[in-house]
Amino acid sequence: MWKFLLPFVAFIALAVLFAFGLNPKRDIHALPSPLIGKPAPSIALTDVMDSSRPVTNAAFKGQVYIVNVWGTWCEACRQEHEALLAIAQQRVVPIIGLVYMDERDKAKQWLEQLGNPYTAVAFDTDGRTAIDWGVYGAPETFLVDSGGRIIYKFISPMTAEVWQHEFLPRIAAARGAGA
Amino acid sequence: MTIRRVFVLMGLALCLLGGVPTHALDANGQLEDPALQARFERIAKDLRCLVCQNESIADSNVELASDLRRQVRDMLVAGKSDDAIFDFMTDRYGDFVRFNPPLKGKTLLIWGAPFIVLLLGVGIVFRIVRGRSRMPLDDEPSPGPL
Repeated sequence: MWKFLLPFVAFIALAVLFAFGLNPKRDIHALPSPLIGKPAPSIALTDVMDSSRPVTNAAFKGQVYIVNVWGTWCEACRQEHEALLAIAQQRVVPIIGLVYMDERDKAKQWLEQLGNPYTAVAFDTDGRTAIDWGVYGAPETFLVDSGGRIIYKFISPMTAEVWQHEFLPRIAAARGAGA
Repeated sequence: MTIRRVFVLMGLALCLLGGVPTHALDANGQLEDPALQARFERIAKDLRCLVCQNESIADSNVELASDLRRQVRDMLVAGKSDDAIFDFMTDRYGDFVRFNPPLKGKTLLIWGAPFIVLLLGVGIVFRIVRGRSRMPLDDEPSPGPL
């Protein structure tokens, strides 16, 4: 009995494994962030447009907000830019930009040419803030609740769909719980 | 046998090339204290570069790796312990950042998998051996002397 069943069981086990492992929708480079549920690390940098103007996430305390990590070197960030502009127009939450591994002038130019979806754009000069946020690439988008906790991280270009299905429900839930 | 000799030489050259340390460790210069430098190298080799994922930050040239190396150096110079540095990294990047992940609930499968596979193999061998020893001698396909 076992002799006949065993190959069959092994086949099913392998099929299940492959279904998960080779799923094209699964991004093998997307790592779960250990920061989910933890207090958001502080951002205390200067504005990309004006190096004398500070940008802090402390200023957004008590609000649900988004932190979007990007750089002009990042192809995928260019891809998501339209989506971010559309999201910004909805005025659901403030979007803090975090410019990562970039030059100030290039980032400035990018925003002037393509439009600026951000409420504030912080310029990370040395990558330390990004390390605190566990950033290892761009784009990465974090959702922070009104208690200052990171409740979600999305690694990939933002799209209208992702916004609709992953962010909006979480924002609504965070507001429901925080109120 | 000259061709053979060429092959041997080529092989040797490859071995030598493979042995050349190609790491980017010292882009910022050595740490003054050799003991600190040794710790730095050991820690950097155990931290995964999350951009390339199969390289350590000691071996990788990408910017994130160099940022993380700087972080490790700064913490060493500030007198932080190895554990404090590893904790700093896993707090931000998760256990995946370590090539030598700590043994705990979530990583139990990684550590246990080799033993599970070993046990499975032993079980299979055991079954086969026992099955063979039960076989009547005349039924054997007699593949000749082994």
